[in-house]
Amino acid sequence: MSTLAVQDHGVVHHEEGHEHHHKQTFLNTYVFSQDHKYIAKQFLVTGIIMAFIAMTLSILFRIQLAFPDKSFPLLETLLGRFAPQGRISPDFYMSLVTIHGTIMVFFVLTAGLSGTFANLLIPLQIGARDMASPFVNMLSYWFFLTACVIMLSSFLVQKGPASGGWTIYPPLSALPKAMPGSGEGMTLWLISMVCFVASSLMGGINYVSTVLNLRTKGMDLWKMPLTVWALFLTAILGVLAFPVLVAGVVLLIFDRSFGTSFYLSDIVLNGQVQPYEGGSPILFQHLFWFLGHPEVYIVIMPAMGISSEVLSVNSRKPIFGYHAMVYSLIGITVLSFIVWGHHMFVTGMNPFLGGVFMITTLIIAVPSAVKTFNWLATLWRGNIRFTPAMLFAIGMVSFFISGGLTGIFLGNAALDINLHDTYFVVAHFHLVMGSAAIFGMLAGVYHWFPKMFRRMMDEKLGYLHFWLTFIGAYLVFFPMHFMGLDGVPRRYYAFTEFESMKRWLSVNMFITWAAILSGAAQIAFIYNFVHSIFWGKKTVQNPWNANTLEWTAPIEHIHGNWIGEIPTVYRWPYDYSKPGAEEDFIPQTVPFSQTMSSNLPHDFEDNPDGLEEYTEWANTHKVNEEVK
Amino acid sequence: MGFIKQINSKKIISLVAVFLLFAMNFVMGQSTNGADKAAKVDWTGVGYYILLFFLACLAVAVVGKILKVYDLSLKMQGRKGFNWNGVMGILCLLFLIFGLYGAYWSFTEQGSMSLPVSASVHGVDIDNMFLVTTILTMIVFVITQILLFGFAFAYRGSEKRKAYYLPHNNTIEKVWTVIPAIVLTILVVFGFFTWQKIMDTTERKGDLNIDITGHQFKWELRYPGKDGKLGTVNYALYTSSNILGIDYKDPNSFDDLMADTLVIPVNKSIRLNIHAQDVIHSVYMPHFRLQLNAVPGLPTFFKFVPTITTAEMRVRTDNPKFEYLLYCNKICGGGHYNMQKVVRVVTEEEYQDWIAKQKPYLSDQLKTQLKLAAAKTTGNKEVLLNRLALNN
Repeated sequence: MSTLAVQDHGVVHHEEGHEHHHKQTFLNTYVFSQDHKYIAKQFLVTGIIMAFIAMTLSILFRIQLAFPDKSFPLLETLLGRFAPQGRISPDFYMSLVTIHGTIMVFFVLTAGLSGTFANLLIPLQIGARDMASPFVNMLSYWFFLTACVIMLSSFLVQKGPASGGWTIYPPLSALPKAMPGSGEGMTLWLISMVCFVASSLMGGINYVSTVLNLRTKGMDLWKMPLTVWALFLTAILGVLAFPVLVAGVVLLIFDRSFGTSFYLSDIVLNGQVQPYEGGSPILFQHLFWFLGHPEVYIVIMPAMGISSEVLSVNSRKPIFGYHAMVYSLIGITVLSFIVWGHHMFVTGMNPFLGGVFMITTLIIAVPSAVKTFNWLATLWRGNIRFTPAMLFAIGMVSFFISGGLTGIFLGNAALDINLHDTYFVVAHFHLVMGSAAIFGMLAGVYHWFPKMFRRMMDEKLGYLHFWLTFIGAYLVFFPMHFMGLDGVPRRYYAFTEFESMKRWLSVNMFITWAAILSGAAQIAFIYNFVHSIFWGKKTVQNPWNANTLEWTAPIEHIHGNWIGEIPTVYRWPYDYSKPGAEEDFIPQTVPFSQTMSSNLPHDFEDNPDGLEEYTEWANTHKVNEEVK
Repeated sequence: MGFIKQINSKKIISLVAVFLLFAMNFVMGQSTNGADKAAKVDWTGVGYYILLFFLACLAVAVVGKILKVYDLSLKMQGRKGFNWNGVMGILCLLFLIFGLYGAYWSFTEQGSMSLPVSASVHGVDIDNMFLVTTILTMIVFVITQILLFGFAFAYRGSEKRKAYYLPHNNTIEKVWTVIPAIVLTILVVFGFFTWQKIMDTTERKGDLNIDITGHQFKWELRYPGKDGKLGTVNYALYTSSNILGIDYKDPNSFDDLMADTLVIPVNKSIRLNIHAQDVIHSVYMPHFRLQLNAVPGLPTFFKFVPTITTAEMRVRTDNPKFEYLLYCNKICGGGHYNMQKVVRVVTEEEYQDWIAKQKPYLSDQLKTQLKLAAAKTTGNKEVLLNRLALNN
């Protein structure tokens, strides 16, 4: 009865607060919605669909690698001219690799991950009604969708999609005659990428301004959950780095279509001397990796933030070293701008520069190591509740360790000579950035599903999904390290032309079957996801007993997030299992005056009045104890 | 009856929804591996794999239902439900054990398939550094993974316990910031000096200069003749008979030799001058721990000293057909995967024998062509200059 009364009261408040009430139509509720929660869902669903498409592409080229000499008539039926006689053609193989990489890096792990969780969590966790600019936020999604559609439409052009690798190094990508994919397919790739960057910028500016301006009362920066910190810094990184990609892409468009030579010089193609002079292909690489390297942190930092939050909630322990976690995120953000050259050690860049980039690169390993140790310390003496989200967060840490350590090899310029562009690199970044980031994303999906869809996902299917994917991913990527150490290059269509590479065929078959297994495991996820949206168990207000603000917002989504006033924040978000507290969690909205028995002197570091009050209370409490 | 109840409309609708949404993935992902069999056992192969997948799904569903019923019956008897925390904790432990064993197995089984000993002087330095880095990182790998899954197992949830409130500990945080920093500094310092040493490609007396030029999808080699010097090249001079665009104004170019195989004398400093004509290629010779991109418009250089002859390596690897290979390692088009060149390390005498048999780029045909061209277009300054050069 009492809850009902409170709700009634709230509704009245709400309607008073919105004098200019928007008319809710189908179009502005479900399509061109400006509500951050709905945009988050749009990003998530689009991201998942793109992820499935990119995964399918990867299984296609894995089949080619495992069975280079076999013919699959079905492939010809499905792919037509791209797979003559049931075998994927070398050019289409390149397209598959390229589009798989592009979709996964940009569309799934950048937009799908940041777009979903920044939209969902930033306003809800800092206590804002919506984004700073809901309209721009909506545009961000529609630009993203346009980019997706253009990228996929390149499968329909005569010569196939872009095929110069996701890094599209010119001159290969600049000369339409160099390979079929550098024709119309590459044009579409470039247009799609410009749309994508526009989307990413609109989103990023919004996230930054929302975090800086719209925090609720009491929510200072040092009371923000690590998810918000991570998403905030990611957005800053994106805003600063993505424009450089546009610059690079626009110059490439000029080279391709208007006869300039920014990246081209001294070229003889197919027996014809080309007129380009004075450009440098290395310039493009600098511009690309100036985005490209921050990009991998754009991908991994939200996953780090989500994992930190999920690990803390489900260990029922505060995150270990909150300040160190934030400072290491800031350190990564800053350093990530000065390490791009480690992608270019052997590309003809000045070797002295290589030495400098090697130093900066290995410095960035320090904050990453600190984060890993802090996660381990968070688990230590916890009371771990294995929700699927928790398992995915643990998996993320495991992948981050395994993949991060091989980064120490690749960041070392001398070792990179022999490892550059081999399967060692493929193994490295698929573990540290691919698998780790996707596991962070899945942890987020399982954890915040109740917030997004008001229902719970099935835990047992989640367990099945986790173990199959986790084991499958290790089986796929672990053996690749050794292929790389044997000097097997990446992006090779077949290894049958080389006597020395033939012995890896059995390993390739093994990897392909492991990939198919992990692919099939995703069916468990998608079934669980779709089924739970409609028929899952209804969620309770705070299903994980978490401290953060989003769980105080009503389950039913309303425009503006909270009925009535936005709750005030009094404490940091990680008061789990605090000694002396009644329960093992104290939400951020509970003032210290209500939890006298669990307060610590440390809680009042920047609050002298509170400290005085607390000491007084502690003294009288002590006296009372003695009297008893 | 139980079965009929389970197949209710909601489930069917959701299944259909899933399959419609991701029909593309399903058809491709499943039936393509089915097509593997299709080549042999007709189209039934596809159906076979799809059926297999459905059976697996059914098995999962049945096991799920059994677990649910078991859980409910436990609860009805007033006991606690199924302890999933315990199960997952144990699975984490099992994963740790089997995972570490699997990593060990992979190291021995596939690790032994990686490259043999380095065949160049600088490669030995790289290998040493690789070994040190591997040992250090593997120690960290094993310890952290044991801690991660060990903690997950040891502190699996239970209602009896409460987690230990530990927000931070400055001492230990400083320790684990400083230790990686020190280790990385050591690696950086060694790496930096090794890198500087390897990348010092200044030409010194006695270096054997060899030009290697990449174009789609072939490598061209150019050896200096008796003068020991390579003539200059200019891409604009390209013709079908002068595919490297060798500038014959430069007298050094007259005796430049062409070759099919990269034959190099052992224990001699070799300086590769790496060029590309169309797109970026990459000279990759893994046995020599050598890689450098070939960039159009930007010649690059790599200097190395081979130490093991091909014949010796054949004995070492116990493979009478062993050849060192050079291949392209930067995506360059459809034929990228097959752009190889045999590299043969031989003794000095063998090298001299071999080089004596190589033909010069300046073939008789080319000579006549250049002269003819000059005769035809006497007004053309450049060709005239070429002709003058030839008359030297």
